[in-house]
Amino acid sequence: MKKLARLLALALWGAMAAVTPASAELNLTIDSPTVEPMPIAVAPFVDEGGAGDYAAEIGRLVVADLVGTGLFYEIPAEAHISRISAFDSPVAFADWKAINAQALVVGAVSVSGNQITVKFRAFDVFSEVQVDGAALQFAGTTDGWRRMAHKVADVIYSKITGEGGYFDSRVVFVAESGPKNARLKRLAVMDYDGANVAYLTDSAAIVIAPRFSPTGDRILYTSYESGFPRITLMDVGSLERRSLDEQEGTMTFAPRFSPDGGTVVFSLERGGNTDIYALAVSSGQLTQLTNAPSIETAPSFSPDGSQIVFESDRSGTPQIYVMPASGGEGTRISAGKGRYGTPVWSPRGDYIAFTKQNEGRFHIGVMRTDGAEERLLTASFLDEGPTWAPNGRVLMFTRETSGAGGQTSLWSVDITGRNLKQIVTEGPSSDPAWSPLLP
Amino acid sequence: MTIAAKSLLLIAALALSACNNPDRYGAGGAGGADGGIDTTGLGDPSNPTSIAYFNQTVGDRVLFEVDQSTLTPEARTVLLAQAQWLLTNGGYAAIIEGHADEQGTREYNLALGARRAAAVQNFLISQGVPANRLRTISYGKERPLEVCSEEACYAKNRRSVTVLSAGAGV
Repeated sequence: MKKLARLLALALWGAMAAVTPASAELNLTIDSPTVEPMPIAVAPFVDEGGAGDYAAEIGRLVVADLVGTGLFYEIPAEAHISRISAFDSPVAFADWKAINAQALVVGAVSVSGNQITVKFRAFDVFSEVQVDGAALQFAGTTDGWRRMAHKVADVIYSKITGEGGYFDSRVVFVAESGPKNARLKRLAVMDYDGANVAYLTDSAAIVIAPRFSPTGDRILYTSYESGFPRITLMDVGSLERRSLDEQEGTMTFAPRFSPDGGTVVFSLERGGNTDIYALAVSSGQLTQLTNAPSIETAPSFSPDGSQIVFESDRSGTPQIYVMPASGGEGTRISAGKGRYGTPVWSPRGDYIAFTKQNEGRFHIGVMRTDGAEERLLTASFLDEGPTWAPNGRVLMFTRETSGAGGQTSLWSVDITGRNLKQIVTEGPSSDPAWSPLLP
Repeated sequence: MTIAAKSLLLIAALALSACNNPDRYGAGGAGGADGGIDTTGLGDPSNPTSIAYFNQTVGDRVLFEVDQSTLTPEARTVLLAQAQWLLTNGGYAAIIEGHADEQGTREYNLALGARRAAAVQNFLISQGVPANRLRTISYGKERPLEVCSEEACYAKNRRSVTVLSAGAGV
């Protein structure tokens, strides 16, 4: 746990432009229906002193991040003609053109004590220029080496695609064990790629659906620790936790932060009826936002904080509605066949991701905020609970297999429907929630 | 009936009562130290004032249709008997658990389970059981009884369970 706190508190990031670049034209539009992955060569990172295995490991992780998006493919080192022996030496572009590398990444690592410095440059090979803004240096401690590789990859991804990065991020989730009828659940947090797992609770109480605060320093979740489901707030650094609302005879669940982190919206059940409430975290002031005999749950704020998307079965089946952040009846936006749930507003504001259940199958999908352009991205026995990557272009969700031996696992998919893949975790895992990009 | 057969029946009864132990969710459920459930013995199932008798003979659970919290005629029959038993045995309180099958999202199923538990609670209150002896909790789809992914199992998982504990109020 101490290590986790230290990693999250890591504040040694320095960044500087190493070279004034010429403008580059290398770009990749990830929204188009088909994308030809861009061939990229990552020269083995140069050891500038004491780097040892870190040089190779960091280079490999940069490749893994970029190739893992499905938008790049690696031209392996064995195919390279040129060798990069010094970080600042001139690039023999002809050698990289000859192996058809459109982008080239050159990097160097140095280590002194527990301090590590990583620098890199990315080139547009065919224009023979450095990619605008893709020349930076990061410094920190060696135990944060994976974060540095993710930061390098984030810059490269961001400069080439024009989208924000998402590799230097964490995911809080529920680690599961035990049989289906007596599942043990505990909160855990990991890097976006499944590395650096740390457990935040033991498995004594059922925990459900954790969510990060907008700055990643706190986690909201639902816990049965008191014997009854209660929304709970945990400080990630200290792991201290408290129930947020303890009205006798009620049940609270499905919490989520407002974009400014000051408000929690959640479901409160009283006498069998579930409505949506807002709680001011500092004052504890409670405001009822919906008032209907139907089930209103799974609220999620728009990124500007002005609206809330939620799920209601007032029409007879669960559907998705949008209401002002101050509450109200809301307007239904889901229009297709089937049942819709767990809507989540994209951090970019352009889409709402959801779970859809139709004809015995579950789907993760996205739609515009008015319900238009619904697109189903996945299909399986049970796909559920999408969470947005910080750049609003990738979703992670829970997939569960059927039957007595059914197990949960974490998957991710682009909003184009491409690049569906499993996130490898130590054991069955569910309810992922992506952090913002780390500072 | 042979002695061996009787022993088997006894074992079966014991196994069943173990299944109905309100502590089956460990510290994670309403059986936790703070959940207010006394987890000591369920008593002799042949004793009509025992929890074991309530669970097995009166019937501690009722089932629901897909997405529904409406009480079926069968459910009402069981709940009438539960109410009668609770009125006769004033020394017990109950936590009514609501459950859902795995078809549906986690959040929706939590709300649906709460609806089911409340439907049972309201029925028992309407039959004269004091409200202060009854509490509800929803487990949504977190604690299925049956683990197959077919309607035969789903039907048994869409349930409410009336879990008794010694004590006049909760």
